[in-house]
Amino acid sequence: MRKSGWFVTLMALGVFAMLYLPLLCVAIFSVNASRLGLNWGGFTLSWYTKLFHDGMILNAAKNSLLLAVISTAISTILGTMVAIGAQRLPWGKKASRVMEGLLNLPVVTPDIIFAVALVIAFGALRALTGLFELGLPTMIIGHVAFQIAFVALTVRSRLQAITMDLEEAAFDLYASYGRMLGTVVLPLLKPGIFAGAALAFTLSLDDFVISFFTSGPDSTTLPIYIYASVHRGVTPEIHALSTMVMFLTIVAVSLMQWLSARSEKKTAEATA
Amino acid sequence: MTTNVTVHRGELVTPTIMRWRRMFFMLPGMAWISAFLAIPCLALVIVAFAQRGSFGEVEWTFSIENLRRLAGYDLFGWSPDNLRILARSLWVALISTVLCIALSYPLAFFLASRPQKTRGIWMTALLIPFWTNLVIRTYAWLLVLAPGLPVAKFLSFLGLIPEGFPAYPSEPAVWIGMVSAFLPFVALPLYTAVEKLDWALVEASQDLYANRWRTFWTAIWPQTLPGVSVGATLTLVPAMGMFVVPDMLGGARYMLVGNLIEQQFGSARDWPFGAMVSIALMMLTLATLMIVGRKGKGAAR
Repeated sequence: MRKSGWFVTLMALGVFAMLYLPLLCVAIFSVNASRLGLNWGGFTLSWYTKLFHDGMILNAAKNSLLLAVISTAISTILGTMVAIGAQRLPWGKKASRVMEGLLNLPVVTPDIIFAVALVIAFGALRALTGLFELGLPTMIIGHVAFQIAFVALTVRSRLQAITMDLEEAAFDLYASYGRMLGTVVLPLLKPGIFAGAALAFTLSLDDFVISFFTSGPDSTTLPIYIYASVHRGVTPEIHALSTMVMFLTIVAVSLMQWLSARSEKKTAEATA
Repeated sequence: MTTNVTVHRGELVTPTIMRWRRMFFMLPGMAWISAFLAIPCLALVIVAFAQRGSFGEVEWTFSIENLRRLAGYDLFGWSPDNLRILARSLWVALISTVLCIALSYPLAFFLASRPQKTRGIWMTALLIPFWTNLVIRTYAWLLVLAPGLPVAKFLSFLGLIPEGFPAYPSEPAVWIGMVSAFLPFVALPLYTAVEKLDWALVEASQDLYANRWRTFWTAIWPQTLPGVSVGATLTLVPAMGMFVVPDMLGGARYMLVGNLIEQQFGSARDWPFGAMVSIALMMLTLATLMIVGRKGKGAAR
């Protein structure tokens, strides 16, 4: 470890200021009583109380949460299965190359391409089956499609670090494959699965583009609502809403990180 | 009885069971990714050569009309608009990446110089803003740059913008928005590289009376290049296709590829042309990544 010079320190603190200044600005204006203009009109919380009486906003909040929770649950299960399948079962060279390609697809493609591809896929499926009307279900499908790869990559990297001998010991004791998974692999893998789920949840909350393209008229999420209202003109309610979302995101993600760190510690203690 | 039993990692199984097990684990996830990401991406290529019907539907007559349109030819002759949008997207993505790299160096050295105890806190402090949705972060810049607030006042004092106007829409505003969207993508890989830095080389350079600039380029830059290259890839890919930031901070006349695509799938309802633009974006991204990747590899040698 080395000390950083004053110039580096100053620059770094400047960058931190650049990241936090906008967020702070929104938070300050969210408690500003003056409705129009950007002058200070005294402290108020009335914009926040207005939020809770706005049906559109409450509905958008509900949609955001449903989308994040359901897509995270599905993608965590499927992604973990893919990770176990890819890491612990033998694969041919060709098959593993295809697999690798599919898993890395979301990392190397701009998300707007996926959004467009999803729109076309849902369009084709709609023409074929009459289902897949754009709405919350299509948004969930879209989110899961890019979350799976991130969960699988996260879980797989943890799985690589777990040695095979405990699994072999379980088989020596006549455990069935399912029993071995349930008593050996999954408990050891819990921190990895938590980390994968936390990542998937964050990705879903952070996404705007895929939701924007695949949403229907009744499935507005908070980011879509804010984006639309910026085009209509900025209001103090939007400042309050943004501050709320910022605050809740930070709480949610911190909680997930804490849970994931705790489960990691527990596993480390159990295996030590 | 001819049961074909093999031992796989301490377990007695038949190949049939093994096959079923593989299918069970991989099929649901891989089928999901294939059906909703991989195959639709391939389908984009087919749609790109179809036509827009008169009601905005896709008409399955194939021609290279959309490709010609992308290159700028239409009923009224040739215009450079679409090519200009492509070039501008590449330019903005490159500028944002360079800015991210430049700002990440002090950040990485600062983080690496924190004592082990507080480093985690600083790291979290760096990541917190990025957990917030991009739309909100971009919207926040609209407020910072609003008329009558210090930033806009200072710029109008310098004569860069008229009095009482906001500091957006403008190209630098887009750069700022992009940088605050992608900074950790460079800062974190770079921090990993800086942490492993061999300081003996830096000291050797200083002992040989190299100035700071020279020391950076000969002793630090080559050692941290792998981190820079990872960060550049992670930034370039989303920056090329970005449409939220240019839409909110760049104004209606400042279009990037992302905005053009959004327009085709939104108000214009021309999916085939939108698909063609998407393919152009994909090609441009791949080409840029290949050049950046090769540069990184070549220099690392």
